[in-house]
Amino acid sequence: MSVHLVNHHHGRPDSTVHRLPAALKLGVALVIIVATVLVPIHWRAWFIGVAVLLVLTAGLSQLPLFFLFRRLLVLSPFVLGVVLVNAFQPTGRDNWLTVAVKSILCLLTVILVSNTTPFSQILRVLKSIRVPALLITTIALMHRYLFVLADEVERMRRARASRTFTRGRRFHWNTLATVVGQLFIRASERAERIYDAMCARGWK
Amino acid sequence: MHIPDGFIDGKTAVVTAVISAVGVGFALRQVRRELPPRRVPLLGLAAAFLFAAQMVNFPVAGGTSGHLVGGTLVAALLGPSAAVVVVTTVLIVQCFLFQDGGVMALGANVFNMAILNSVIGYMIYRMVLQLFRRFGRDALPRVLVPQSGIGPTYDRGRVTAIAFAAWCATVLAAICCAGQLAWSGTIPWLVAFPAMATVHMFIGVGEGLISALVFLAVYRARPDLITETALTDQPQRLGELVRYGLLVTLGVAVFVAPFACSWPDGLDSVAEKFGFGHKMAAPLLPAPAPDYQMPGIHWAVGATAVAGAAGSLIVFVLALLMGRWLVPKPKDL
Repeated sequence: MSVHLVNHHHGRPDSTVHRLPAALKLGVALVIIVATVLVPIHWRAWFIGVAVLLVLTAGLSQLPLFFLFRRLLVLSPFVLGVVLVNAFQPTGRDNWLTVAVKSILCLLTVILVSNTTPFSQILRVLKSIRVPALLITTIALMHRYLFVLADEVERMRRARASRTFTRGRRFHWNTLATVVGQLFIRASERAERIYDAMCARGWK
Repeated sequence: MHIPDGFIDGKTAVVTAVISAVGVGFALRQVRRELPPRRVPLLGLAAAFLFAAQMVNFPVAGGTSGHLVGGTLVAALLGPSAAVVVVTTVLIVQCFLFQDGGVMALGANVFNMAILNSVIGYMIYRMVLQLFRRFGRDALPRVLVPQSGIGPTYDRGRVTAIAFAAWCATVLAAICCAGQLAWSGTIPWLVAFPAMATVHMFIGVGEGLISALVFLAVYRARPDLITETALTDQPQRLGELVRYGLLVTLGVAVFVAPFACSWPDGLDSVAEKFGFGHKMAAPLLPAPAPDYQMPGIHWAVGATAVAGAAGSLIVFVLALLMGRWLVPKPKDL
């Protein structure tokens, strides 16, 4: 299960793209996304330009191509659903093409930025643009303990699987819900320990 | 329900971002005021919990599986403001780290899933619980209930309330999402509304069941973890709910009402009046007799609305039965 979590990749941290300042990368990405969403589809030049820029960046970042393709292919089912609905609309041809092109370009932009920028640097940028401190603390703690709790789920899943043979579906849901409930209890107990540790290190 | 980039146009993105920013800002202020510093790390951990809990797949018939979404569950466990902050954090991390949901669409996603889902879920949860306290067979004077309100007597009410609330919140968030997509001109309302509402009426049943089961598991093991043990009407929280209610009403009025109040056939005139007629009507449902291109589509919208009303009654009865079934009758009173 935790394999799903390893779907971001820091590649070779010494590439040109990795070394660019995080604020610059985030700013450019934001401009590209906003403009791509707003620009009408017949401005072909813009879309081609963005595509070329993204491909160049992907090349410079030395991320494995296979990895990028896989991330792009795992478009959310939502994209596919909406594109399909539009494709079956009587004159929705243009529309579904627009939606598909725009969302793929934006997706590629975010994939490139998030895989070449360490999360701590993104947080620092957020802090410098005055995002409330409480929100930043929460995001930082979530990112820190995401993988810990994901491993905990995996351990509990293995423990349950080794103790129960297949039982009725009714019991199965109940068992799974107990696992999730237990996860919440463990998370909140961990939160108390973290608070003590933070205070011991002088957090205000 | 994570809307990706490219599905939301400029005006919708701006409006949703402003409403969401106001909502999240208010939630942050509220959390800072009422949460003791001891519980601040709990927000981050609860967000990580929600993310990890979404990895647990619940098997559904036919080899498919679903997972928890969790706005209502977190709201019932930690209170509405904390839930808004927690779900917003999950959405931000999912957006930047896992490309689930777009950057431009972040405002829309935060409004649907963090604000609307948690707040509506929490309101309905509270309302049903009050109903139980006043009229239910479990309504007992507080003195008789062991541990001042934490006892087997309220379990049934809680299970029913959270299952029903989670269902309603899921369906409403889906309808709002359909409204935003329609307003952006991505999918026409007449297609989006029946599709999103119907699918989420089924998803919502699973969501309600999982939420109730998880809540019951936590409640049985550590009742002290749940903030609202005595369920008193704190005036402070009431004011908080009123303000959230206004915000959510504003959002629904902007995204859903222009479509909803005009069906079945006044849609085009309303679209003209609001100045996005060219977007809605022209490219998507074009000239030759647009109303007849997809026969039965108006019927579908009406039928979905009726199904929603009937569905909410059915789900309420189901939730009631589930409460009876899961929680045995207390004998020691």
